[in-house]
Amino acid sequence: MTTLNQPLTQAIPSLILEEVSFRHRGQPLLAPVTLRLDGCHRTLVMGPNGAGKSLLMRLAHGLLAPSQGRLHWEGETPRQAMVFQRPVLLRRSALANLTHALAVKGTPRRLRKALAREALERFGLAALEARPARVLSGGEQQRLALARAWLLEPRVLFLDEPTSALDPAAIQAVEAAVDEFHRHGTRIVMSSHDLHQARRLADDVLFLCGGRLLEHTPAERFFTAPTSTEGRAFIRGDLVVSPPPP
Amino acid sequence: MPTSDSAFITALNLVLGLDPALLAIVTLSLQVSLLAVLIATLIGLPLGAALALWRFPGRGLLIVVLNALMGLPPVVAGLAVYLLLSRAGPLGQFGLLFTPGAMVIAQVLLILPIIAALTRQQVEELHGEYAEQLTSLGLTRLRRIPTLLWDARLGLITVVLAGFGRASAEVGAVMIVGGNIDGVTRVMTTAIVLETSKGNLALALGLGLVLLVLVTLINGAAHLLGEMARRRLG
Repeated sequence: MTTLNQPLTQAIPSLILEEVSFRHRGQPLLAPVTLRLDGCHRTLVMGPNGAGKSLLMRLAHGLLAPSQGRLHWEGETPRQAMVFQRPVLLRRSALANLTHALAVKGTPRRLRKALAREALERFGLAALEARPARVLSGGEQQRLALARAWLLEPRVLFLDEPTSALDPAAIQAVEAAVDEFHRHGTRIVMSSHDLHQARRLADDVLFLCGGRLLEHTPAERFFTAPTSTEGRAFIRGDLVVSPPPP
Repeated sequence: MPTSDSAFITALNLVLGLDPALLAIVTLSLQVSLLAVLIATLIGLPLGAALALWRFPGRGLLIVVLNALMGLPPVVAGLAVYLLLSRAGPLGQFGLLFTPGAMVIAQVLLILPIIAALTRQQVEELHGEYAEQLTSLGLTRLRRIPTLLWDARLGLITVVLAGFGRASAEVGAVMIVGGNIDGVTRVMTTAIVLETSKGNLALALGLGLVLLVLVTLINGAAHLLGEMARRRLG
């Protein structure tokens, strides 16, 4: 990641959402969201299941187009990557999964293998390079997905509940990887419904419930004095059930 | 069962004796069918993948037509190619009628719909799983074709085999456009038809056995290839 060694000198473009909403087959799933994500923070998108966390991340990453409203990056659209809840890996070896991503990115063929091996090493997968990606354990698969994201040198990394299906050791590895990205100047936008994880990682929190964005506050404030009733209940550890979308 | 006994012995004698006439027929059969499969695969795989990835008006109709063409009767395919290649036909000037080339063309026409339609199905299913990730990685639709074809390779072996099975088994198309000319366009299936009509049942059955063994061998090889890949991929 040569380019990411001097990233802090160059600001990450801000993501701006203006009245962005999303409907599917006439059904509103996300009420209009106005939002601005600046700087190189670690933003945790929180809320119960069905709150619209994944939807908001997919809109932000550009996998879905908003039904209404405007979503744009201030300045140039930055390089982005996304890590999904259940990693989608190609039916190839771990190494081939990474060289494929490099090929798509336009890396010259002669450099691909070395870069891919370096990334495998970084995420503790060096011994598994020849293993078919599909037979790796859940934690290894997620690390491979992170290694692939690493090679894309993203300025912004989206992670959609990347640890929800993993055991503590694997969760620790993913969180360490997230830190690694952040240290190298990548902005993190990660969804989670795990409060402890959020406390460990978050600089600021987006709290969603029932397809509405209820709070966007610095982590400290969210964990001590959330402003919404749902947010307070969520912090208390009450079972917050997402009401049907707006 | 004197007939089948003698048929078996006849077949054995032909094969073990490496009868040159038989060898010529077997070689031509394999050449025609394998070349047809190769051409149909080179066209059919990308075509099927493209059909899985692109949305355009008339796509549904095209898929229905392609699926229907999977059942195209070989004699109809043969007749169409006959009309195209006959002296008065639009491609008559090339003088391809009653040559192995014409037989390859007819078989390509027969199996291209099979390979394209089945590839479309497999690639579409795989893409359902991959779409978000590939979009996130920034793959254009064109760039997705090689990625998806390679990742669907295990299923596609079976697709190509289905095409080969159809090509090696059909008789109607090669009979019409090839003419079953001894030493020029005679293949196993047309030879079987001829020997049967001459009442030479033993020889016909012998040829049939040889055909069966060949098809089984090729399918076995493909199966092994698939199993090896499957084991490697877990």
